[in-house]
Amino acid sequence: MFSVFRDLIRYNIEFAIGLVLVSIIVIFALLSFVSPVDTTLIYLVPPDMPPSWQYWFGTNSRGQDLFWQMSTAMRNSLTFGIIVAVLSRIISLTVGLLSGYVGGWLDRVLMFINDIFVAVPIFPVLVLFYFVLRNNLDSLTLALIMACFGWPFDARLIRSVALGLKHREFTRHAVFAGMSTPKILLQEHLPYVMPIVFSTFMANMLWSIGLEVTLAVLGFTNINNPTIGTTLYWANNHSAMVVGVWWWIVIPVVLLVAAFIGLFLLAVSMNEYIDPRSRLRRMGA
Amino acid sequence: MSEDLLKVDGLKAYYQMDYFGVTREVRAVDDITMTIRKNEIYGIAGESSSGKTSFIKVLAAAIRPPMRIVAGSVKYEFKGLSVDVADATPAQIEAIRWRHLSYIMQGSMSVLNPLRRIGKTFEDFAKKPLGLTGEAYRARVLNHLERLKLPADVLNAYPHELSGGMRQRVTIGLATVCHPEFIIADEPTTALDVVVQKEVLGLIREIQQDMGSSVVFVTHDMSVHANMTDRVGIIYAGRLVEEGPTRQMFFAPRHPYTAHLVASLPRIGDTTQRPALDGRPPSLANPPSGCRFHPRCPLAIDKCKTDVPPLVTVANDHRTACWRWQDVKPLVAPQVPHGVMA
Amino acid sequence: MQGYLWFVGKRALQLLAVIFFGVSATFLVTHLSPISPVESALGRMTARSNSAPEAVQAMREALTAMYGVDEPILTQYANFWGRLVQGDLGPSMIAFPTPAMTLVMRALPWTVGLLTTSIIINFLIGNLLGALAGYNQNSRVLKGFGVIAMGLQPIPQYIVAFILLIIFGFVWPVLPISGGFAMNVTMGWTWQFVGSVIVHSILPAASLVLVGFGGWFLGMRALVSNVVTEDYVTYAELAGVDRSTIVGGYVIRNALVPQLTALAMTLGGVFSGTVIVEQVFNYPGLGSLLIDAVGGGDFSLVLAVGTVSVTAVAVAIFIIDLLHPLLDPRVRAE
Repeated sequence: MFSVFRDLIRYNIEFAIGLVLVSIIVIFALLSFVSPVDTTLIYLVPPDMPPSWQYWFGTNSRGQDLFWQMSTAMRNSLTFGIIVAVLSRIISLTVGLLSGYVGGWLDRVLMFINDIFVAVPIFPVLVLFYFVLRNNLDSLTLALIMACFGWPFDARLIRSVALGLKHREFTRHAVFAGMSTPKILLQEHLPYVMPIVFSTFMANMLWSIGLEVTLAVLGFTNINNPTIGTTLYWANNHSAMVVGVWWWIVIPVVLLVAAFIGLFLLAVSMNEYIDPRSRLRRMGA
Repeated sequence: MSEDLLKVDGLKAYYQMDYFGVTREVRAVDDITMTIRKNEIYGIAGESSSGKTSFIKVLAAAIRPPMRIVAGSVKYEFKGLSVDVADATPAQIEAIRWRHLSYIMQGSMSVLNPLRRIGKTFEDFAKKPLGLTGEAYRARVLNHLERLKLPADVLNAYPHELSGGMRQRVTIGLATVCHPEFIIADEPTTALDVVVQKEVLGLIREIQQDMGSSVVFVTHDMSVHANMTDRVGIIYAGRLVEEGPTRQMFFAPRHPYTAHLVASLPRIGDTTQRPALDGRPPSLANPPSGCRFHPRCPLAIDKCKTDVPPLVTVANDHRTACWRWQDVKPLVAPQVPHGVMA
Repeated sequence: MQGYLWFVGKRALQLLAVIFFGVSATFLVTHLSPISPVESALGRMTARSNSAPEAVQAMREALTAMYGVDEPILTQYANFWGRLVQGDLGPSMIAFPTPAMTLVMRALPWTVGLLTTSIIINFLIGNLLGALAGYNQNSRVLKGFGVIAMGLQPIPQYIVAFILLIIFGFVWPVLPISGGFAMNVTMGWTWQFVGSVIVHSILPAASLVLVGFGGWFLGMRALVSNVVTEDYVTYAELAGVDRSTIVGGYVIRNALVPQLTALAMTLGGVFSGTVIVEQVFNYPGLGSLLIDAVGGGDFSLVLAVGTVSVTAVAVAIFIIDLLHPLLDPRVRAE
């Protein structure tokens, strides 16, 4: 297992870069646990100070140290992404495995529901939720809602793998030996599906954090909760670019892009590595 | 000699790979010399991973890096056209493809583009090599389909609308419509049931007799060789170990491996257990020294472990690569299979 | 033909079911909220004024009657559908008394036009370049494209739009950064208007294209790399079939089929990118309308935009689904 990791780092440049980027971001986010300032308070330090030795990322117009602000924001955004990804993985795994394996009317019903969720554009729905819940829309609720929309694609993927597995010899043996369906799904089929789960995990994180940023920038989330998106919202609110407080916009954007590119590279390289045909193609076969 | 259609001389084709810090050289084809004459069916037999598929690919000019021709030549003598695959330009190879040299691939299921009608596929493959257009082209294709006992409206169908047997006949038709002089048939009957097998084999034989082409028939099924081929060549671990007229090879094999292959054919009424070779085919990346068969050979002596036996002519047209070829006896009395011309 | 009609029929039923559930869900979300639209509308109206309590009460009664919130939920649901089929979703508050539906219909063509153009550009160019990259694995130019695509793809729409805004708005102001068409041009099918529309749509479309193109490129490249190893491609190459025929008819055609499915699945998500882009460039489409509606607490308008967008996406997916059998004859056989 470890040697696989080592090989990946040494020979797959995308994985290496992705890993480096993500590690930097994660370490940066973890720093927030030792933050000396309370990031929900404002006007603690002199506002609009450019980056300097005292304030590494400068300060924003609300009188907050941008360094600690970004650290907490990163942590919140990442946590949000992870929660959504985990929840939607659980849903898509359950639906996908059940649908593919059990088949019949259960499959038809589940896929019908799946198609509905695919057809409904998530953005207006999220905006609607904000509209009715206003300040009651905290991160957790938003995460739950997004998880409910993030499973359809991957459920279909898992379902097609499950369909293939259903007809394999070892499945028939298990059924013949009297294994119960949940046991078969969990013990026999789950390992086959894990690679898909891992790579879609990261893609899902990208999607949910991106959506959160989009919503926050428009002001449609709880703007008092420091995340990357809300930071940009406040920066826009205080017309940061125009006033000249460029670091308030540029630094969150750079961090966000770095995190995204890192996650994306990891997802792509792991995906490629897991698929043996693409590995062979790299070797020129 | 104008009787030779293909002359392979000292051919060596290796996979040379260098990735993730590991260098590997797989010697898929290791020094093969042989000739194929006009108007003959030549069988190539061997186990899986013996290198016979790689050899065929070289003959069909279908190898790609990391597989390369490292030494030797593969010279075709078509009517008025001589091409050495080992050092021909792409243009030269394009000129012989399909018109003079064609290929029947293994697995009729997937060799036809599922999104294209058969007629369009025919156009893609055959229009340019035939050099015909319009009515002349159509007439030629329809004529050929008739020969294969395929209805004319198969041209409008999609592959998934045809049965397996029809698809195989279409594939054979595709490969033969240009009347090529050299056809390579790569396991065309594997994975077909016996009834369809008989049809397909009959078809190939008919076409060969009609057109006077040479066919290289690759299969691991010895009974097909007995039924179809004029000469057989046995490939083991990337080398040609025996070659000769089919009847002679079956009744009087001169290599222990051939003896075993022949003995593996089942006979009706025989209740004795088939003798099996122990061990497995060797890895082509790290083959045994000397004669590559020596780890599994019942007749092996010390010399076999160190010296590579050369191909020697032991009878008319019959060559073998074994130090003890005089001691080789058939393992069971071969039963004359039905249908083989006496 | 018979089979195709059957296929269309089945899909049409599915479309209706999707619309039904989607719109009902929209209804549920808005009507099951703890916040009464009457109170929030009232709050907005009386926020900066000093109205007499009787006036407020009168307003409350009028709003309640208009929104129909004093009736049981099922009656509201029935009324909702009844009015929806007639195309009536009540008046909008931010542009009272213009019916919400009118505002939505006015904004819809802008969004549809922008989205259709950028999706088509993305799909065609992304897939074409991706296919070439997958087929010619050794081309440096195409590899470079791949790197660019990988770099651009994860960047959120907002940032790309914003960067374009800064570049073309402040640094190099050659393209208009606001509005759907120039302010001094009248609407109508004149060259002046159409030209103005096109020029104004360049930047919004560019933001959508820059971010979306990468995904198609990478996806197609991976697909093509797989298709190239299929038996029928190998056989065609073995037979010396024309290179362009192989790439077009054998490789791209086969790889396009799953991409079409993917297109249908991503349509819902493309919408979110549009909202931001419209906001940044002040483009008069559904996105801007939605944001204005939410900002103004306009219940009917938000509901209207939600309903129309759900329907529009479902119809678009339906149309794409119809294209499927034309591309893949095996589907027709189902």
